[in-house]
Amino acid sequence: MAVALGFEGSANKLGIGVVRDGEILSNCRRTYITPAGEGFLPKETAQHHREHVLSVLKEALEGAGVKPQDVDVICYTKGPGMGAPLATVAVVARTVAQLWNKPLLGVNHCIGHIEMGRLITGAKNPTVLYVSGGNTQIIAYSRKRYRIFGETIDIAVGNCLDRFARVLKVSNDPSPGYNIEQLAKKGKKYVPLPYCVKVFDLHINIGLGMDVSFSGILTYIEERIGKLKKDGYTPEDLCFSMQETVFAMLVETTERALAHCGSTEVLIVGGVGCNLRLQEMMGEMCKERGAKLFATDERFCIDNGVMIAHAGAEMFKAGVQMKWEDCTITQRYRTDDVETVWRDD
Amino acid sequence: MKGFDLMKQGAEARLYVGMYLGKPTIAKERFKKAYRHEILDDLLTKERIKAESRAIVRCKMAGIRTPTIYLVDFNRRIIFMEYFTNSITAKEMIENQSQSTDKTLELFSLELGKLLGRMHGANIIHGDLTSSNILLFNHMQNLEVVLIDFGLAHIESNTEDKAVDLYVLERALLSTHSIADKLFDKILEGYRAHYKQGSKEVLKKMDEVRARGRKRTMVG
Repeated sequence: MAVALGFEGSANKLGIGVVRDGEILSNCRRTYITPAGEGFLPKETAQHHREHVLSVLKEALEGAGVKPQDVDVICYTKGPGMGAPLATVAVVARTVAQLWNKPLLGVNHCIGHIEMGRLITGAKNPTVLYVSGGNTQIIAYSRKRYRIFGETIDIAVGNCLDRFARVLKVSNDPSPGYNIEQLAKKGKKYVPLPYCVKVFDLHINIGLGMDVSFSGILTYIEERIGKLKKDGYTPEDLCFSMQETVFAMLVETTERALAHCGSTEVLIVGGVGCNLRLQEMMGEMCKERGAKLFATDERFCIDNGVMIAHAGAEMFKAGVQMKWEDCTITQRYRTDDVETVWRDD
Repeated sequence: MKGFDLMKQGAEARLYVGMYLGKPTIAKERFKKAYRHEILDDLLTKERIKAESRAIVRCKMAGIRTPTIYLVDFNRRIIFMEYFTNSITAKEMIENQSQSTDKTLELFSLELGKLLGRMHGANIIHGDLTSSNILLFNHMQNLEVVLIDFGLAHIESNTEDKAVDLYVLERALLSTHSIADKLFDKILEGYRAHYKQGSKEVLKKMDEVRARGRKRTMVG
């Protein structure tokens, strides 16, 4: 039995959760929401996390019904992410680890998403599409590592959608992506937008991967927003066209990875992953190929503490220990840098 | 499709084999993707059919043997092109050691290098150079090498794309064949000899590409 406490704060979500051998005991979250037209900046985001971290911690422990002495390991997001928010939350994790005299583990944020997705959905060895505000990767597991089959060469798909929301002055509450999704449902007219996938060699022996790019489509919209509106495209039409285009890029790349790896499972994780249109399109592709789609809802797709707790617990059970001086944070931390000692396949 | 048999289904297209105007023919159909918006699907498919046919025609003009295009049918989303009936893939040739002496392997590598040199000289990037996409025939007397599958090809003059093109081939050979380094040296020899103006820069760039791979440090 291992009880793990997890802290997440790499972006604008502050999450703390408790997990006991894959059973979720609590999953608490606060989101820093900025006014429409604005994004979140490191300093203010860190401030938000500082303000709420203690009350969320209390809530998580009480919700789980565990006392500090019941906790076996404390886990926190080591990276990747925004420096100031990461550091804020890491300081709290380090402090409670010392206060309660518990081992401390720094967890790769992306690994947290993948392991959480596998836990919730039961997917065994899926090809993973990880899509969020900071990351866009197509990942396949091979020989003790989550290997990146394709990724964005510039901005993440979630970042593209967030900034698109700012152009349209769409509200950030509860999240820009959610509001775009609702608007898109009412969109009818499709306007063709730049579609950019690029084939690339991989460092694994599975042939060619496929990368995506989202900065061009954003610039395209930013430069033409006035004209598009004058031409009769409503914000709803633009949201619809945006989603149809970027999601098609993601599904095409995932399909290529699926074909190469001969995999029969697709798992979508990350904040953008709770978009139902993306899930629908991916499901359609899977149906054509005879594959199975696994996805989760906003509780586990969007950044949360319990995913860090769960991935940390897997590491802990596999015997991973981290020296105190290694328990730092890093803004850059690749998914394929982590050896997955807890996976034996 | 009447008179055509399905040979292979990839992520993007289905390949059929049959006869067209009395000639053995491959029909490459980029089938509709149900998940994609219809307008986007049509646009992408049309663009890709055009890019593929254009690259094939350009190769032909540069003196590279490629499948002859018989018909491009945008409505049915099919390219009909020459099917090489008595050919083998480079992959089969390299693996079948009994058939391929050191001498033939060397000849093949030089010839392939020559074609790639010409191709890059004409600013054509193949995009998917693997030993399954290289065909050979008449290999006893007069060795002829043919490049196929231009589905990912594009026209580009910069050295980066050419270097990546070669790098893809090197990786593909290394991952599937044990004698890859020997082959690749000869390929580069042929490449240099037939792409005098640009090969030096491309090969220099290739060292860079090798060193960095495609790793990008990522920000959360």
